[in-house]
Amino acid sequence: MPQLNFIQAINTALAEEMERDPLTFLMGEDVILSAFGATKGLIDKFGPKRVRNTPISEAGFVGAAVGAAMAGTRPICEVEFASFFYCAFDQVCNQAAKLRYMSGGQATMPITFRAVFGAMGGAAAQHSETVYAQFLSVPGLKLVVPSGPSDMKGLLKSAIRDNNPVIVFEHGGLGRLKEEVPGGDHLVPLGKAAIKREGKNVTLVAIGAMVPKAMKVADKLAKENISVEVLDPRTLIPLDEDAILASVEKTNRVVIADEGHLRGGAAADIAAIVADKGFDFLDAPVRRVTSLDVPIPFSPPLEKAAIADEARIEAAIRDVVGR
Amino acid sequence: MDISREELLDIYHTMQKIRLFESKVRDLAVAGEIPGFVHVSIGEEASAAGVCAALRQTDRITSTHRGHGHLIAKGGRLDRMMAEIFGKRTGYCKGKGGSMHIVDYSLGILGANGIVGGGLPIAAGSGLAAVITGKDDVTAAFFGDGASNEGTFHESLNLAAVWKLPVIFVCENNGFGEFTPMATVTSVTDIAVRAQAYGIPGHIVDGNDVLEVFKYTSEAVARARAGEGPTLLECKTYRWEGHVVGEAAFLGEEAYRTKSEVEAWKLKCPLIRFQKWCAETGKISTAELQRIVADTEKELADAIEFARASELPDVSEVTDDVYAP
Repeated sequence: MPQLNFIQAINTALAEEMERDPLTFLMGEDVILSAFGATKGLIDKFGPKRVRNTPISEAGFVGAAVGAAMAGTRPICEVEFASFFYCAFDQVCNQAAKLRYMSGGQATMPITFRAVFGAMGGAAAQHSETVYAQFLSVPGLKLVVPSGPSDMKGLLKSAIRDNNPVIVFEHGGLGRLKEEVPGGDHLVPLGKAAIKREGKNVTLVAIGAMVPKAMKVADKLAKENISVEVLDPRTLIPLDEDAILASVEKTNRVVIADEGHLRGGAAADIAAIVADKGFDFLDAPVRRVTSLDVPIPFSPPLEKAAIADEARIEAAIRDVVGR
Repeated sequence: MDISREELLDIYHTMQKIRLFESKVRDLAVAGEIPGFVHVSIGEEASAAGVCAALRQTDRITSTHRGHGHLIAKGGRLDRMMAEIFGKRTGYCKGKGGSMHIVDYSLGILGANGIVGGGLPIAAGSGLAAVITGKDDVTAAFFGDGASNEGTFHESLNLAAVWKLPVIFVCENNGFGEFTPMATVTSVTDIAVRAQAYGIPGHIVDGNDVLEVFKYTSEAVARARAGEGPTLLECKTYRWEGHVVGEAAFLGEEAYRTKSEVEAWKLKCPLIRFQKWCAETGKISTAELQRIVADTEKELADAIEFARASELPDVSEVTDDVYAP
């Protein structure tokens, strides 16, 4: 299997799916030259009709993706940085997410939105936010947060084939992470969590860029005979509740690590589900390790202090296993 | 103008359907028989009928919260529309959309839309789909003067212009955004001039003259099908009723316009104008026009009966259709 990094995995998935289905096309901000490299070279393969630089006007082109999907095509729409979704909230939340339901099932909305998110070193608040929480309470959307190249490729391909609006969140700090990625039709189903590491003493639910951090913490604690099970939900909608609850039933303890904010976030949602449906499994309180409730700051030490890190994950695990 | 007798009869039938349907919907709303907000377009029938007469079935439209007229003009069935407005499972959206959100994919109706300006980028995208799939279908986007101040208006015109998309932007300028007179919130007198900013044609059209609307739309359709890009049409018209049915109960009478202004516009009724034109030119006899009214009344009575007799949705359906398989 070839070693690919995150960006190469995205590029491969896009090329394969556009090759497979002539109704797919790519639109978004600078997708021809590609700021991050994910869409680089696709113009040479697919031409200007199917690889389109949009004006920097998120409401306009996100809404156009909605219309193009309703009219029989399968747009892959890149919103460069996920915080820019705020400019297109109506089109994502009121239009893409609701039109199928409001039309009594007539509309299909096969759109894949791609956006870079997360703290990536001095990009400051308006380019570093983890915004998937803002979409968690919007029925009609699917939310995908891959943690590595192999899942990235498989989840993105599934997203493109899905008949619903799917937002694929790509962490900007994972770009150079490399791993073996299966070639050909490597599909990872939406709604299926992955146990990234088996363990007995505590379940560590880690989302997106928290997964590599979680693995390091698990490695370190293994030397002290603290056995950490690392579970990556991979998609937040649909969420693999069964896998999370089964793991907690096994370990009786849970820590949830997410780069999003504490209030109203993905970690809060998962914690509530565990408390609601898995209370009897628990031997210790549910712990959330998230970013602080501040806009992500610019200066490196402040940025580091704001986001969830390995030390905080480790401390949370020591706390719950000590009880 | 090249227009057949058959087309003229259809145009009048469309305007009558809109007028009678919406008058009835208004009455039913006042009587409390239908839930939710109802926005009617009585007085604005010519823009819906004139634009859609220039489209074919495979062409698409996007509409607004004041959308019954556009849907009827594009071929929407009165019975299924009425059932939807009643919240019945036989409605176009199985009772989940209601007055503001009716969709009929088979007729190219991509949806009425509860968000002002929400349909404009969707129309641009629908035009983009035609380009991607290599078809010459056009999309008409209906919106109001209020929507022309939304960012989506400007973004959509720019996008459609730069990609030469087959889209016709149809502004129905009825002079008010909700209860606010346009002149107090809009920097220009004519919305059509905004087309200049995007390098596309913009035309001011008498929105109460259905034949003028048809003529300008036909030209815009030809341009769009030929790959020459979008056109902005501004149909100047007026709504006889309030923004929302029942508004006088909370705003009072004459809260933002005078009765005499409304009465003056009623004299410009697009249906009467068309009837006069038929009489003057001898194209259609009065008897034929009267027959259309009678037919429409029958059709409407059947639609109401259908809606009343239809079942409400079963509560088990509440979670259906959130996601596509």
